Amino acid sequence: MGKMTGAQAILECLKLEGVEIIFGLPGGVLLPLYDAIYDSDIRHILVRHEQAAAHAADGYARATGRVGVCLATSGPGATNLVTGIATAYMDSVPLVAMTGQVPTNLIGKDAFQEADITGITMPVTKHSYLVKDAKDIPRVFREAFYIARTGRPGPVLIDLPRDVTVNELDFHYPEIKLPGYNPNLKVHSLQIKKAAAALMEAERPVIYVGGGVKYSDGHRELLKLAERIKAPVTTTLMGIGCFPEDHPLSLGMLGMHGTKYANYAIQESDIILAVGARFDDRVTGKVASFAPQARIIHVDVDPAEIGKNVRVDIPVVGDAKSALSELAKAVGEKAWSPWNEKVAAWKGEYPLCYATEGESIKPQCVLETLSRLCPDAVIVTEVGQNQMWAAQFFTHRDPRHFISSGGLGTMGYGFPAAIGAKMGCPDKEVFDIAGDGSFQMNIQELATAVVNEVAVKVIVLNNGVLGMVRQWQDLFYEKRFSSTTLHRIPDFVKVAEAYGALGLRAEKPSQLEAVLVEAIESEVMTVVDIIISPDEKVSPMVPAGASLSEILELEAAGPSYEAQRSYAGSSGSEILEMEG
Amino acid sequence: MLHTIALIVENKAGVLVRIAGLFSRRGFNIDSLTVGATDNPDYSRMTITVEGDEVILEQVTKQLNKLVNVIRVSEMDPNESVDRELAIIKVAAKKEDRSEIMQIVSVFRAKIIDVSPRSLIIEVTGTNDKIEAMVRLLRQFGIKEMARTGRVSMVRGTKAVVP
Repeated sequence: MGKMTGAQAILECLKLEGVEIIFGLPGGVLLPLYDAIYDSDIRHILVRHEQAAAHAADGYARATGRVGVCLATSGPGATNLVTGIATAYMDSVPLVAMTGQVPTNLIGKDAFQEADITGITMPVTKHSYLVKDAKDIPRVFREAFYIARTGRPGPVLIDLPRDVTVNELDFHYPEIKLPGYNPNLKVHSLQIKKAAAALMEAERPVIYVGGGVKYSDGHRELLKLAERIKAPVTTTLMGIGCFPEDHPLSLGMLGMHGTKYANYAIQESDIILAVGARFDDRVTGKVASFAPQARIIHVDVDPAEIGKNVRVDIPVVGDAKSALSELAKAVGEKAWSPWNEKVAAWKGEYPLCYATEGESIKPQCVLETLSRLCPDAVIVTEVGQNQMWAAQFFTHRDPRHFISSGGLGTMGYGFPAAIGAKMGCPDKEVFDIAGDGSFQMNIQELATAVVNEVAVKVIVLNNGVLGMVRQWQDLFYEKRFSSTTLHRIPDFVKVAEAYGALGLRAEKPSQLEAVLVEAIESEVMTVVDIIISPDEKVSPMVPAGASLSEILELEAAGPSYEAQRSYAGSSGSEILEMEG
Repeated sequence: MLHTIALIVENKAGVLVRIAGLFSRRGFNIDSLTVGATDNPDYSRMTITVEGDEVILEQVTKQLNKLVNVIRVSEMDPNESVDRELAIIKVAAKKEDRSEIMQIVSVFRAKIIDVSPRSLIIEVTGTNDKIEAMVRLLRQFGIKEMARTGRVSMVRGTKAVVP
């Protein structure tokens, strides 16, 4: 391909990897690279803070299934990416993060804007590179993209000293040679046989599904398997959308703020098929009393996850989609059982619910209304109560339509991630379900959205407090609300307008639906400020460290509208008919 | 229980820190770590001894395998492998003690590699137990300084831990 500069080679690599969009912010050492970007077809989105570049690339990756790319300068630019990289690492998101670095002859000299970013990010990257020679650029980029998207996906960092981007090289895109990296995708047929036999023997099965099913695109195979053996399916926060929540076998989410019936089903099950999930402490509660009667089949592409947190009876290493597909073939058809009846009875008895009387807008109702008005929306969340309500009260049906920082729990993630998701899926409605606390952590990205005409809809569930922490203070710290009050500052409508976005507000239940309709119909960046009470709680709740059977019910009144709708008709006969 | 793990890793900058970082991040304890060249300049061999039960050992092995620069991870079965450590020990050697020290050196098939009027430097190789025993015996004369390597280990017979 002939001689070119390092910077040109980087863009050539990105083109060869099919990259269409980069989120970034320039700086001194990146001048040569940004000069090359000026001539490139690859779209560069200028963010207002590097953290947002990482989150936007992450949101883009989660929504599209492609590798997200972000770029930041050396020193503070690079360290600002760290939260975003760590977020992607915890949730196994394929990301390539490029950072500028001081020239190679100044590395280690504490030069201006120097930071050892490969060192800093080592524990939160799948792999990283410090490129010391321009001729290594093609190999490093090819490997980085390959590592980021294969096996258990994850972020890869490439640190690019200034001189490396200026020096010339003969461009040649090499074959991948990584003797130490062999993602184990193929499932072992003997383990599948064992797992299938165990599932057929069991009387009280539960399928517990995590993000791995989403990343491997295995939701159809999951549905097939679940319907064949009539196994109820519960998802983690990451697995939301992998199984339609309006399906009679759906248990919704499990764990700390999971449905009662999902947790009860887990606790009484005699076999758990865990697929692409990692038995996080928010899911298991107290490990010693987790699913005491159950044998555990654990399918994961990352062998290190198997046996890490709980003992596993039948390990299956491999890709979730192939495992589910093999399992669906290996099992026989099962009939609707007393176990299914029992689970259905729990669903009827303990639906997700909230008090419906009162003057103020109920956040749960916001999500239910949105779910009804815009059922195919991509729901991105911030972190805290907003995230849990979005998980609970929107009826999720499709994978890659629920995007949330699960493992790291990064406040400020949602809005930039929603921008990334919308740029990846411009034809979909993208909502950021936010709290007033989280939204303020990356609110400056309103400028990015407005300038690039990205019509994200931010729904601020504005309680004027850091709601989730306050909820814990309320329950476990005698209502001593230490440093959790935000005083309903700023005025989000005015902030939106100041940035050139549309600002809307709803204060009374009667205004809610009209405001949401206006937001949905809006074709520009829109912020909806929805005033809710600071005392709203996420319920049910398993306190940290307690067993999944010890569930606190924090909402008094009857079932939610949505729940009432979905339980009507969720009987055994329906599923049999469906298959007949 | 102490386990011995042999690793073949790419001979590249930053590999040692990745491995050390993994141990510290996951809360595993490295008891000793030795690293050196193999007959192929692209690879190095590390031997790590790690304290912990079977569950920890399994996690260590699996997590090490995930590192892109790690080519092979092999747990060494103590019954099926030989291992050696090396120590050099500077011991106080008064005239009246010298012959006894020499005897100990000879019994342990160790070597004296430096002689000075008031001290000797002894080189000993062997298993951890042997070196510990030697150290215990020399302590009575006064150990002035000691430098020890970690363990290196190899499977008996034709089986080999190679890239």
